[in-house]
Amino acid sequence: MSEREPSATDETPSKTPQRLPEAGRPGGTGRAPWMNLAMPVEKSMNFGPSARRLLRRLRPERGRVMLVALLAVVSVSLSVLGPKILGHATDIIFSGVIGSRLPAGVTAQDAAAQARLSGHGNLADMIEHMNVVPGQGVDFTALGHVLMIVLALYVAASLFSWGQGYLLTGAVQNTVYRLRSDVEDKLNRLPLEYFDRQSRGETLSRVTNDIDNIQTSLQQTMSQLLTSLLTIVGVVAMMFWISPLLSLIALVTIPLSILVTRQIAKRSQKLFIAQWTHTGALNAQIEEAFTGHDLVKVFGRHKEVEQSFGDKNDELFEASFGAQFVSGIIMPAMMFIGNLNYVAIAVVGGLRVASGTMSLGDVQAFIQYSRQFTQPLTQVASMANLLQSGVASAERVFELLDADEQVPDVADPVRVSEPHGRVEFEHVSFSYDPAKPLITDLSLVADPGHTVAIVGPTGAGKTTLVNLIMRFYELDGGRITLDGVDISKMTRHDLRAEIGMVLQDTWLFGGTIRDNIAYGRPEASEAEILEAAEATYVDRFVRSLPDGYDTVIDEEGSNVSAGEKQLLTIARAFLSDPSLLILDEATSSVDTRTEILVQRAMAALRIDRTSFVIAHRLSTVRDADLILVMEAGSIVEQGSHEELLAAEGAYYRLYSAQFRGAVVDVDEESAFAVSAPAGSPPG
Amino acid sequence: MLIRLLRTFLRPYVGLLLAVVVLQLVGTMASLYLPSLNADIIDNGVLKGDTSYILHTGAWMLAVSFLQIVCAITAVYFGAKAAMSFGRDVRGSVFKRVGEFSAREVAQFGAPSLITRNTNDVQQVQMLVVMSCTMLVAAPITCIGGIIMALRQDVGLSWLMVVAVPLLAVSVGLIVSRMVPGFRSMQKRIDEVNRVLREQISGIRVVRAFVRERRETERFGDANAAVTRSALHVGRLMILIFPVVMLIMNGSSVAVLWFGGHRVASGQMQVGALTAFLSYLVMILMSVMMATFVAMMVPRASVCADRIAEVLDTESSVRPPDEPVTAVSGRGNLELRNVVFSYPGAESAVLKDISLQVRPGQTTAIIGSTGAGKTTLVSLIPRLVDVTGGELLVDGVDVRRLDPELLWRRIGLVPQRPYLFGGTVASNLRYGNPDATDDQLWQALEIAQARGFVEAMPAGLGGAIAQGGTNVSGGQRQRLCIARALVAQPEIYLFDDSFSALDLATDARLRAALKPHTADAAVVIVAQRVSTITDADQIIVLEDGEIVGRGTHEDLLLTCPTYAEIVESQITAEEAA
Repeated sequence: MSEREPSATDETPSKTPQRLPEAGRPGGTGRAPWMNLAMPVEKSMNFGPSARRLLRRLRPERGRVMLVALLAVVSVSLSVLGPKILGHATDIIFSGVIGSRLPAGVTAQDAAAQARLSGHGNLADMIEHMNVVPGQGVDFTALGHVLMIVLALYVAASLFSWGQGYLLTGAVQNTVYRLRSDVEDKLNRLPLEYFDRQSRGETLSRVTNDIDNIQTSLQQTMSQLLTSLLTIVGVVAMMFWISPLLSLIALVTIPLSILVTRQIAKRSQKLFIAQWTHTGALNAQIEEAFTGHDLVKVFGRHKEVEQSFGDKNDELFEASFGAQFVSGIIMPAMMFIGNLNYVAIAVVGGLRVASGTMSLGDVQAFIQYSRQFTQPLTQVASMANLLQSGVASAERVFELLDADEQVPDVADPVRVSEPHGRVEFEHVSFSYDPAKPLITDLSLVADPGHTVAIVGPTGAGKTTLVNLIMRFYELDGGRITLDGVDISKMTRHDLRAEIGMVLQDTWLFGGTIRDNIAYGRPEASEAEILEAAEATYVDRFVRSLPDGYDTVIDEEGSNVSAGEKQLLTIARAFLSDPSLLILDEATSSVDTRTEILVQRAMAALRIDRTSFVIAHRLSTVRDADLILVMEAGSIVEQGSHEELLAAEGAYYRLYSAQFRGAVVDVDEESAFAVSAPAGSPPG
Repeated sequence: MLIRLLRTFLRPYVGLLLAVVVLQLVGTMASLYLPSLNADIIDNGVLKGDTSYILHTGAWMLAVSFLQIVCAITAVYFGAKAAMSFGRDVRGSVFKRVGEFSAREVAQFGAPSLITRNTNDVQQVQMLVVMSCTMLVAAPITCIGGIIMALRQDVGLSWLMVVAVPLLAVSVGLIVSRMVPGFRSMQKRIDEVNRVLREQISGIRVVRAFVRERRETERFGDANAAVTRSALHVGRLMILIFPVVMLIMNGSSVAVLWFGGHRVASGQMQVGALTAFLSYLVMILMSVMMATFVAMMVPRASVCADRIAEVLDTESSVRPPDEPVTAVSGRGNLELRNVVFSYPGAESAVLKDISLQVRPGQTTAIIGSTGAGKTTLVSLIPRLVDVTGGELLVDGVDVRRLDPELLWRRIGLVPQRPYLFGGTVASNLRYGNPDATDDQLWQALEIAQARGFVEAMPAGLGGAIAQGGTNVSGGQRQRLCIARALVAQPEIYLFDDSFSALDLATDARLRAALKPHTADAAVVIVAQRVSTITDADQIIVLEDGEIVGRGTHEDLLLTCPTYAEIVESQITAEEAA
């Protein structure tokens, strides 16, 4: 019998909400900036405020961030100056070439006049506007000087750029580190209701995928966005300084390239969505065929499955081919626009040099600038996309950080000095959903050392009862006392330290068996661990494992059987030596012989402790000091086995229906709204 | 492995790849020609003041640009086609191969691993093909073409390239090759952080019950610090690339101007050539950088290729017979003769010397603790795995000689883990018998005690079933699986622990309803629960792969201590009944 409260979450992590799949994106180093552009992005709901809040999280790093900005400005300015000065070097060489052709001794003016006379008007214009000394060749002192300056400039620019990146990486990583810590902290303060409401997969996705995504987009956008923007400004400024006319020509390509990339990106994003949809469909089919491998074979459906896979595979091919093709056009298209630009500048620039209104070095510098300038443009566009998705992720993480927390522990907590394990419920009322009252006016007493068996049909509120003792949820009314102390006046820590719990959900963490047994008492000695293991029949099977107590339980816990896991959780509770026990007897999928051990182990655990047992076994129920019969959230009967049988009430009915067999239907009745009422026994 | 995989699966697309190479060649030459034309503008137009030459050459440049974009886009088209076809074919081959696998190979790899290999791994290799078609092909062409064009401009400066190209390739390669293991260890640490978080969320009740919040936070803190260290390491390597590349490129430009200046002054080189040389150098260095990046994808893709090849190279241990027996007489006589099954390399056999007979109209129950070999025994019958010793006969014919289709048609399997396929209730029920009428479906549901809840579903037989059957409860899933086997009307029923999720009353009703339906069939039931099998014709008690008891319930109570012990463990709860 597997009882789950209505709100308990059963979702597997795979049921995360529809997200754009990460698969298919070229990861890490291979990703080119235009790919971000071609891919669809998840939009945030509230871009402005969320982005600002994300930036505010960088506040502890503001010293570093400011230094980063400063370094970026310096580095970009230096590298932007480079081509202009390099152009000057070209001019020196060019003047030298022209000058060496002119006879020595004449002035530049004379040489120009002479050229004009001999019909070389253009040459004359050039000479007039150049720093030509007739007869003199290339001035290598000046050239060397200029080149040294440029080299120094470039070295400095690279150094600053590196420093900027170095600092920024630190700032971003620290910020992400803090964000992760805050989220983990928050998880510990969230009430269990939160985890009931949200699917497990959704919460997991927030704390893992979303934070990873924030890290990627912060790291990439912060450094590149700033440099790219600064470069655009710097380059445009330099271009205008060199030649306003050519700048206007170059700037025409901006709207053109934006238009083109937008058009392509719009189409490719649609195609990528189609590709991902088909990928999802195909993956689902593969998963189904491989998981149900035996059935496909034995039911003779092999051919049909292969056929339908073939069809889906073809569909995926069509979709991904389209996506790849259209997104692949972006780069050639950008290159083409760049080339158009190049041609225009070469021609117009050539004409201007020929007419003497511009120097050759300037044209060369201009060409370099115009090439430098399309790249950051694409980059900014692609960063914008990346930023969108990062902020959308941040939004989801902030939502988690903003969720209501559980009621804090009282300021002056009471401690139970000598625990005996007497539990009393006084007029307790509670509901998960205010509209649906679950437990109303419940009173009961469990004396020290007694066993209280809780029985009742699925959904009757048995698990709720023990959840309240653990103070996993806050009461709506009444109070629960432990040895006379109201549990809400104790710290959760003190309260739970008194309670041992064995749930049917045999959760173990990824560590060694020894660590798992010592989970509740990490300081326990080896001897104590062994003692607990022996008392709960764990020792026997652990010794048969090759690594014994050092066997690492893997994530699915597949190296120990379900029954053995159950035993481990019992050993875990045994070692923590609580005065109060909460046991959930689960019997499904444990083989018969381990089952005996589980029963014995639980019995050993119960000795001298007050125990609340969600009971499925007749022997447990019969031997209990007190039986609570629950129906629809309230206790309809209390008493001993004999008393209750004699009364021929709810217990009698339940007993005759359920305890004829050892195992009870596991139907959770949750799948379909219309199903047999949970409380009515089938017999 | 990567090479072999590429060679095998790209062979049909050699034509496309060739077209890509030719187009990239033409396109690259076109873009390489542009700086040359620009040099002409300077040397022949600007220096001579020939305006019409400038315009004329400009028009040429425009035409060359057009040629370039046409080639580039067509190359992308063919490249994408080849890469995606490659992906489709590899996926298809892997899927087909896994379809041939027996349960043993599937278990060996594990279904999740096979899924990853068929999806993610293929995608990784496909990505490499895409990138190669666009960048890796273009890079050497640009590089070689650029060098040739640059040499045409001036041979004397070529030594600069000999220095700059390897310098850039080595520096970028050094950084990136250190980043690759960095990324790998970072991914591992991210996985670790995620694992800790996943454990915390799924085990939140236990964490809180055992007051372990602080320790969990510490554990998480360690993982978080480790991932941050890793990310810092990789991040700081990554930010090195841009400055280093810029420095080498810009440094080369400065060098070109200095050394070129001398050559221009001595008349060995023209000014325009100097400008063109500068452009070529930048183009070459860019292509070297791109190629380095793509080359870094190779290790990852080759790991994936290995994993794919491993699947493709695995032969199924269950092979269909060469000359299958296509007709048998008999109605499901099953016989195991000294059957042995062991996994290769395993110390002890899963099943040791098992002999038993199952006759039509009889029910044989198999009971025993976990790991006793019950499920393996059942899997042998439909050849999900093959015996490694002895033989298994159906109507006197060794199953290994029987036509698999014929064998499977005669068997109805209800697996231990009830699995339903995505679709509707009806599509699942008709899985083994597509022609079954609705009446037949309802009848099967009736027997399987599933009629009630299917009727209660708003869409009835048309009710949607999620993949795996996750939208119905465990007990409902089990009953639908039983109904599915009933609809197929087989001669041999295999129920592998198929009643475990049912309460005793339902279990009893189901078995009572089943009895007339399976009167002529051979029924094998694996069970945990004694009450399910007390009325079986024969009960086989398995322990550690051996038969330790055989007989009816009453016989075994007296003769088989293992059986008695099992009964004893369950009677504690049952005695009152």
